[in-house]
Amino acid sequence: MPIHTHRSEDGQTLTIKIEGRFDFSTHQAFRDAYEHGDEKVTTFIVDLSDTTYLDSSALGMLLLLRDYAGGDNARIRIENCNNDVRRILSISNFEQLFAIR
Amino acid sequence: MDEPLTDNRPLRILIADDSDSDRLILKTLLRRLGHEVEDAANGMEALDIFRKSAPDIVLLDALMPVMDGMEAARHIKVLAGERLVPLIFLTSLSDADALARCLEAGGDDFLTKPYSRIIIEAKINAFNRMRLMHRTLSHHRDLIRERNRKLLEEQEIAKRVFDNVAHTGCLDAPNIRYHASPMSIFNGDVLFACPRPAGGMQILIGDFTGHGLPAAIGAMPVAEIFYGMTSKGFSGSDVLREINQKLGRILPTGMFCCAAMIQADFHLNQLQIWNGGLPDGVLLRKNGARENIVSHHLPLGVLGTARFDAGMKIFQTEPGDTLLMMTDGVMEAENQQGEMYGEQRLARSLNEAGQGDSPFETVMAGIRAFTGNQPEQDDLTLFSLGMVEEGELAGVSERLPQSALEGPAEWHCVYEVQDRTLGQFSPLPLLLHICMEVPGLRRKSGEIYTLLSELYTNALEHGVLGLCSDWKATPDGFGQYYAERERRLGDVAGHFIRFTLTHTMTDRGGRLAIVCEDSGSGFDYRKESSAAGSECRYSGRGLMLLRKLGHSLNYREHGTRAEIVYDWHFSEVATREGSTIQQPGGWS
Repeated sequence: MPIHTHRSEDGQTLTIKIEGRFDFSTHQAFRDAYEHGDEKVTTFIVDLSDTTYLDSSALGMLLLLRDYAGGDNARIRIENCNNDVRRILSISNFEQLFAIR
Repeated sequence: MDEPLTDNRPLRILIADDSDSDRLILKTLLRRLGHEVEDAANGMEALDIFRKSAPDIVLLDALMPVMDGMEAARHIKVLAGERLVPLIFLTSLSDADALARCLEAGGDDFLTKPYSRIIIEAKINAFNRMRLMHRTLSHHRDLIRERNRKLLEEQEIAKRVFDNVAHTGCLDAPNIRYHASPMSIFNGDVLFACPRPAGGMQILIGDFTGHGLPAAIGAMPVAEIFYGMTSKGFSGSDVLREINQKLGRILPTGMFCCAAMIQADFHLNQLQIWNGGLPDGVLLRKNGARENIVSHHLPLGVLGTARFDAGMKIFQTEPGDTLLMMTDGVMEAENQQGEMYGEQRLARSLNEAGQGDSPFETVMAGIRAFTGNQPEQDDLTLFSLGMVEEGELAGVSERLPQSALEGPAEWHCVYEVQDRTLGQFSPLPLLLHICMEVPGLRRKSGEIYTLLSELYTNALEHGVLGLCSDWKATPDGFGQYYAERERRLGDVAGHFIRFTLTHTMTDRGGRLAIVCEDSGSGFDYRKESSAAGSECRYSGRGLMLLRKLGHSLNYREHGTRAEIVYDWHFSEVATREGSTIQQPGGWS
């Protein structure tokens, strides 16, 4: 699978790393990545360093994660986006919903 | 070479002996060993036969009437030329001096009378091996000589082609001085200069790892991109990005191009410089102050596009300032003791220069004095650009080279995916590839891909498959949506999605029109897009992306036909006269 997860030592941070294209085909794997975690997880990091492309359905999936993690109270960081990915996130005004670094 | 290099054919052996009986014995013996034998009664006859039938081995009696063996041996060696024809003297002489004279005359060995069949056979075989080896070596030498000649000839022609591509610019402008020394026919260094359509000029100086043909092959596309893009008005950064991308793709790992890009504006009197891996350049101010132009970047062809930084540093200048740039051949020029010229000697040369001396001449003289005119070990390129008043360069920009980098500018393409292929194949990479042939679109590959991909997704999911994004309102619905998508893809017989791409050039760049049609029954694009604003929905962002990236988006035929127009611009083209300032990215 092009999706890998990693838990921090204290178990509170879950990093989800997506390789290649982040589009509808990763839907199930992406959902599995965060839904099977336990309740100790308080912070999510979506690591896009190896993500080449992101489409509008991936935007929807990020919103699913956001709602799962508590909606407006969710603590989600989107990290290491390349220029193309960053541009799509910013056109969609996702800076207002996520911490994008 | 007409004979095969290894053979088992009988040897042609020439015997010369004035004794009829000895000759007969030897002839019979050799024939029994399977060889073809011709015989002569004296040296003169032997020469005649040798000329006619070119035997492989010659057996010569030392003492014969008319012409003796030694005399004949000398002639035969001359006639044989480069061919190794073993000469064996037949002799009953036992005096060491006489035997030595036989060898001096060109003989290779002796056979003493009376003959021993075993010795004769062994010697003939031994000399035949030597003869064959000699022939193989000569053959190889001839091949190498011929190939080398062809290679030099090809390089000579290739160099002419290369020079036509590489030196079409404005290196002869009055404010440019340069020295470029080829180490072989091809120079591993490149130096290109081209006037910009909006005034000023752009210069690229580079040094490929390696020399000769490999470096020249890398230099060709660099020259084409540089002249093609510069003459169309692309900025130095754009050209760098394009060259970096191209070199990254074509050069093997470990080969790259150290380079500096200089964009000179004589109207604003300003230099923009990017240095990736070249030695420090020097900006010499009119008042004597000096500023080093340090390399802050990796060479071209090393980093991928996403990590490549093409940002150029701006230097304000005045007429009378001079920029010096060089390849590492300048630093590495060696003197007779094997020491290198180096930065300190360069600085010293510049320190010692008098007021009004040309910095270029000063440094060239410094290098020549240091190396004592040693042949240069590395490619050595030194270049100076004088900052002048704009008016002094009148005429230079009129010599814009004809662009070598046209790329497809006006084209039209229809691609239709049908039936079950819809469920198995994504046309997006192919369509993107077609668009990426246009240099101006290549910088925008991410945006073009998004446009194509969102159009395709909409046509497939909402059009052909008739899926409604209302399902995506809940996390579970999201899953059901994609499960249903998978299921419906199994039954798409009779359906199609058709892309029509049209690219045209405009005054300021180009325009890509994309039409995406599908065989579905349409979808409610108004509802889809109106909901995009609300943050709580998980869907509906595709249309928003299309609208924001494209110049215009129109849905027709109940949503089965989407039309989008995407404009791109040459960056920073000719805004000097007008008052409009263009966005560097081109889109707005």
